[in-house]
This record gives sequence, C-alpha cells and structure tokens, in this order.
Amino acid sequence: MSHLDEEQLVEAYYAPDEQSRMHMRGCPECRAAFERVQEHLDALRDYPVPERGPGYGGEVWKRLLPQLPPVRKPRAWLRLWLMAPAFATLLAMAFVAGMLTQRKAQLVGTPASTRERVLLIAMNRHLERSQIILSEIANGSTAVLDFPREQERARDLLDDNRLLRQAALRDGDAADASLLDELERVLLDVANSPAEMPSRDLEALQNRIDNEGLVFKVRVRSSDVRFKGQQL
Amino acid sequence: MDWTDSAAADEARRGNQQAFRVLVERHSHAVFRLAFRMTGNEQDAEDMVQETFLRAYKQLQRFDGRAAFGTWLYRICANCSLDLLRSRQSRREAQPPETGNESVHWLDRVAAREPSPERLTQSSQIADLLQPALKRLSATERAAFILRHYEGCDIEEIARTLGVQANAAKHSVFRAVQKLRRALEPAWGAIR
Repeated sequence: MSHLDEEQLVEAYYAPDEQSRMHMRGCPECRAAFERVQEHLDALRDYPVPERGPGYGGEVWKRLLPQLPPVRKPRAWLRLWLMAPAFATLLAMAFVAGMLTQRKAQLVGTPASTRERVLLIAMNRHLERSQIILSEIANGSTAVLDFPREQERARDLLDDNRLLRQAALRDGDAADASLLDELERVLLDVANSPAEMPSRDLEALQNRIDNEGLVFKVRVRSSDVRFKGQQL
Repeated sequence: MDWTDSAAADEARRGNQQAFRVLVERHSHAVFRLAFRMTGNEQDAEDMVQETFLRAYKQLQRFDGRAAFGTWLYRICANCSLDLLRSRQSRREAQPPETGNESVHWLDRVAAREPSPERLTQSSQIADLLQPALKRLSATERAAFILRHYEGCDIEEIARTLGVQANAAKHSVFRAVQKLRRALEPAWGAIR
C-alpha cells in the first residue's frame, strides 16, 4: 500500500479505520505524519467561547417569547406605524440629499457620509417595518390575521422600497438591490391580493416567505445596517 | 415539570409554550456555543440563538423524533449560521475591496499577523490565530469543520445539514483542516 495522503490522515484522526491503522503500524513515516496531524488538531480543541451565566436559558426565553406566534402586540406595532409618514419624509430627504450630494461632490468634493447616514437610518426603519409585516403574515392564520391592515401597510412600504432599491442600484449595491427586489415582490403580492384571502393562498404566501428565508434575510440585513449606522 | 426532550417537544407541538420553554432553557448554552463557533462573533451568535429557537418553534411539526431533539436543533442552528455566513460572504464578494490589503491572500495576512516564536508558547496563542483563520474559510468549510471537530458529527450528519453529498462534506472537512494547518503553521513549533 502506498503512503497515506493528508486527506486519509485527517480521516484517520476523526474516524480511524482498520486499514489505516494496519498501515501505520508498519510504516513509521505515515505514523509520524499522523502524529503531527493529531497534534495539530488536538491543539485546535480549545476554541474559547464566551461564558454564559446559569440564567442564560431564561434570558433567551424572555427575548424569544414575544416573537413566538401567535402573540400579537398591535399597540406596540401601531406606534411604529404612526411614525410611517415621518419615515417616508426621511427617506425622500435621503433620496434628494443623495442626488444633491452626488452632484456637489463632483464639484466641490463634499463627503457623502451625511447622505450615507440618512440612507442607513431610512433603510433600517424600512427593514424593521418590513420585518413586522412579514412576521405577522408568516405566523398568522386567516382566523387571526387582519389581512386588510397588512395590505395597507404593504402599500405604505412599497414606495419607500422602490426608492431604496433605486438608491441601492445607483450605489452599485447589488446585494441590497436584490434583497429589496425580493421584498418588493412579496409586498406587491400582499398589496394586490383580495382582502378576504383564502387560507390556501395565505399558506402559499407563507411558504414563499419561509422558503426564501425572507424574514431572516431582512433581519440579518437590518442588524448589519444598524451596526454600520452606529459605526458612522 | 421534569420532561424529557422528546416529551417536551410533543407537548410544545400541542401548543404548550411552557414545554418549549423547558427546551429553550435546556439547550440555550449548547446552541450558543455552536453559534459562536460558527459565526465567531458574540452578537451574531446571540442572533443565531434567537433565530434557531424561533425556526424550531415554527417547524416543530416537522420534528419526527427520529433524531434527538438536540441534534435537530443544532442542525437548525448550523443552517441559520450558514445562511448568515453565506449572505455576508456574498455581500463581501459583491463589494469592491475597501483597502489594498483586501487583495492580499488570507493565508498571507494570517502569516503577517503572526506573533514572534517566543510568544507562541501557549495554546491561547493558537486560539488567537484560529479565529481569523476560521473566518477566512468558506461558509461550507467552516460549518463542516465546526460540526466535525467540535460537535463530533459524523460525515452523514454533516452532509444532511449542509445539503450536500457525503463525499463533498468529507472533502469540505479536509479542505478546512488543510487551510487551518497552513494558516497556523507559525504556531505549530510552539506546541512541540
């Protein structure tokens, strides 16, 4: 038998088979190579993980509970939705500011950080609001879901979504543009569906949101945007 | 109440949130450990813990009890973390490099950060090099390695989690080990 290659040595470390063992018994070269692999991989065992206290499970539960369906907190959502016109104005300002700063920057070299900050705030608000509507739909049933209200919200979000998508395209941010495009298609579906949605249609919409992992993608991006905003 | 995982999952499936609470409290530490190893970042790991339990709750009907509940949960966590790593990776790839440094190969960058041989005498120093080296693996390689090395999953289990063939999973583990061994080359002398 020829010498064991690196892949076989690694495999022998995790799941030693009789053939490798036999070979190494009679081959000092492979045995030495294996001992080196073993030494290296053993050294990687100590991967420090931050400690979590004994009450950690309870803390996770507290954070999780409000997100579990079918818990609904319309009043909390309502406050956010009452601010929708303010967000829309902010977004429009960001868009106009973007146009202006882009032109000015070419002339006098004005930094675009203000525009970026405004856009990040607008993007974060938009994603947070989108996350709410997506979660409500993904977790709701025809019995408990106030679908006409969700449609109204979806219509409110569509204009902002288009503006943000155009801004992302203009800035060459293909990932954001793609996410917003995906989101827009779902929002359009929600906005244009019949107000009395049959349960099988709702299920299809929920599956679509679920299969595309849209809530998760929006949440991840929202968290990234928030983090980036804090860094500016 | 002193439920087994399986009994608690059954109860939770019937809508008993307290039963699900038992599972959350029981598995949070382990899920956090896996999420942290996968993401290499505390905040991301916390987000993954939330997402894992949320997905688990929504998919409870799909848990058929053939695997242990913990194994099923870790698979969800690995997938959530994979989604995150892949989305971050695709964002990085979609954007132009921010500095000239970005174009330098990751192995060179790890090597450039290497401490002097005198400092490389403790395993904690290996851990210092391990984190950036792990972050430079592809999402699949990283997940495959973490599941194999730290979670003790077998190749079939890893393949199921990653949605790939067993051979591809095995090769991902190998590629990860190979890259890590090379990236940590400066540290190996110190552990002899």
